Amino acid sequence: MALPNHTPLNYRIWHYVYLTFCGFVFFFLIAPLFVILPLSFNAEQYIHFSAKMLALDPEGFSLRWYEDMIYGTKNPWGLATKNSLFIAFFATIGSTILGTVAALGLSSRHMPYKAAFMALLISPMIVPLIISGTAIFFFMAKVGLAATHTGIILSHIILGTPFVVITVTATLSGFDHSVTRAAASLGSNPVNTFMKITLPLIMPGVISGALFAFVTSFDEVVVVLFLAGLENTTIPIQMWVGLREQLSPTIMAVATCLIVMSTLILVTAELLRRRSERLRGINR
Amino acid sequence: MSKEQILSSDGIPLEQSLKKAERKNKLKAVLLVAPLFLFILIIYVFPIGDMLFRSVDDRMITKMLPKTFNAMEKWDGQDLPDEPVYKGLYEDLTYLKQNKTYGKIIARLNYEKSGFSSLIKKTVRKINKFEEGNYKEQFIKVHKRWGQPEYLVALKNAAPEWSYAKYLKGVDMTFDQDRNIVSVEEDRRIYKILWMRTLNVAFWVTIFCFILAYPISHLLATLPMKYSNLLMICVLLPFWTSLLVRTSSWMVLLQQQGPINDLIVWIGLAADDNRPELMYNVIGTFVAMTQILLPFMVLPLYSVMKTISPSLMRAGKSLGGTPLVSFVKIYFPLTIPGIGAGCLLVFILAIGYYITPALVGGASGSLISNTIAYHMKSSLDWAFASALGTMLLVGVLAIYWIYNKLVGIDNIKLG
Repeated sequence: MALPNHTPLNYRIWHYVYLTFCGFVFFFLIAPLFVILPLSFNAEQYIHFSAKMLALDPEGFSLRWYEDMIYGTKNPWGLATKNSLFIAFFATIGSTILGTVAALGLSSRHMPYKAAFMALLISPMIVPLIISGTAIFFFMAKVGLAATHTGIILSHIILGTPFVVITVTATLSGFDHSVTRAAASLGSNPVNTFMKITLPLIMPGVISGALFAFVTSFDEVVVVLFLAGLENTTIPIQMWVGLREQLSPTIMAVATCLIVMSTLILVTAELLRRRSERLRGINR
Repeated sequence: MSKEQILSSDGIPLEQSLKKAERKNKLKAVLLVAPLFLFILIIYVFPIGDMLFRSVDDRMITKMLPKTFNAMEKWDGQDLPDEPVYKGLYEDLTYLKQNKTYGKIIARLNYEKSGFSSLIKKTVRKINKFEEGNYKEQFIKVHKRWGQPEYLVALKNAAPEWSYAKYLKGVDMTFDQDRNIVSVEEDRRIYKILWMRTLNVAFWVTIFCFILAYPISHLLATLPMKYSNLLMICVLLPFWTSLLVRTSSWMVLLQQQGPINDLIVWIGLAADDNRPELMYNVIGTFVAMTQILLPFMVLPLYSVMKTISPSLMRAGKSLGGTPLVSFVKIYFPLTIPGIGAGCLLVFILAIGYYITPALVGGASGSLISNTIAYHMKSSLDWAFASALGTMLLVGVLAIYWIYNKLVGIDNIKLG
């Protein structure tokens, strides 16, 4: 942001103070994540930068903690990863289907009490997780689903649907309904119209909602803490347990893998967002 | 005057056939929402109702001493009760002793009045030697407290099936002997402090987030697309990263041998052997929560600022306003919807935060959620955990309601 030449000095100073402040905030946001990366390659067992690392000596770095993460016998990361992926996969499917269908209903102009339904369906996102966890635990214990994958998947579907509902209704708000009417006038039945016309058009919204649902389930720890038994341990649970004991380089290695994963998800979500914005532009 | 009716092609009046079509569409919309609605109702709303129910449910003692309470209904609570009450008590306690379940009532009664523990234990020990008839005398012979009306009044006080005692405990209040509501002794008042701390942390985290987010949202909204997209990554990458990863990075940064402390020592603010504690206290909670919740403030602010046309500020300047005046009078008022949305969202999220305070907060930085988790998992006082949870829920729903009124829940923007 170059300033025009005639800008008075005091505005100039203000402008640079403002830019410096913004720079500081961006640093504050992103820098903590990058502390983890080098530490996960630490050759030593401690969580601080050794003299060798600071001197960029190759001997200061190693992959031993990644090895420990994958092959270490005490660390049930393998089981945790399997469980996390299994649970997140089914929770995502459940949330996406239920959320998309509900969003279709909510976007219809014939839907009565729209605001009230919307507020209720989004509430799991707003209510503190500790309360959701407590309530869902009582329920799952009562019906015998505590400490089962099914129980955790069902509760993650609840937590994930609000995101799908929000993203899909947002996509549908720019949706041109005359295309479905055109399909109907050409003799297509509603299911066919939905699969061939509506769904492909709202796909970016559905996928970005699904991504949110996946990340919600994959990261979720509070409800799982209440529900999980030893068999149901997930990556966040293992991290939670590890962090409560002590910071270990293995956790840094796991965290690095998770950061790489979230970067990939971010890129996908961004691409989808741009695509859907483009599509909406065409529809108008 | 006869009005000509417009008929549709199949001969039905148009109004009627339109209504029919509308009804069909309405039904279709409702049917689409129904599966998720029922799912949330059964697995979410109903369990929260159950939690509410648990927080006031006090039927355990009534179920365990049915005959006693039955007989007590006729007692006015003034002098000592008559024989039937003691007879009921004898029968109930005998039954409980046979089943070895009398331990459960001791804690409950001791909450009502201290001294019940030894009273019940001693009575149960000797109850086998009781002879039939004249139970009142025998009870008083076993322990003189059975002859003191205040103990029997306390017992009667435990009779109602519903109790809000857990809620009183949640705000450091209790019942005294005469069922008046009083504050607990000063050194046992912990929950008020906890509520105040939770509100305090949520409030200040919201303020800090606002101060940090406002300038960068403005920058993001005014920069050309190709730069702002790049900078947006700084906001979105933390947003998509696991909460535990972000918390653990703060644990690395804030630990005593960590980089921030190294920096403090290097600048010379503290001696190397006297490094300040940045973690396991309220400082850690503040710093980590501010960074973690910052994206939730930036995104709504950004989406509002994006819609403000830059020509408005130029118009302000051309009419003779200094940049400050134009900002205060034009730009700032236009961003208020975004400020409201961001602040309410951050406040709602902060007030129920659990993971981060539990890991970096220590004892002095723990919030109400941590206490709820403690009572759920460690002390197993589920009724009390439910009461605290309900109180928190009511607060959050009140803010949610305001949010819905001000911003509209369907205006939440994600990413």
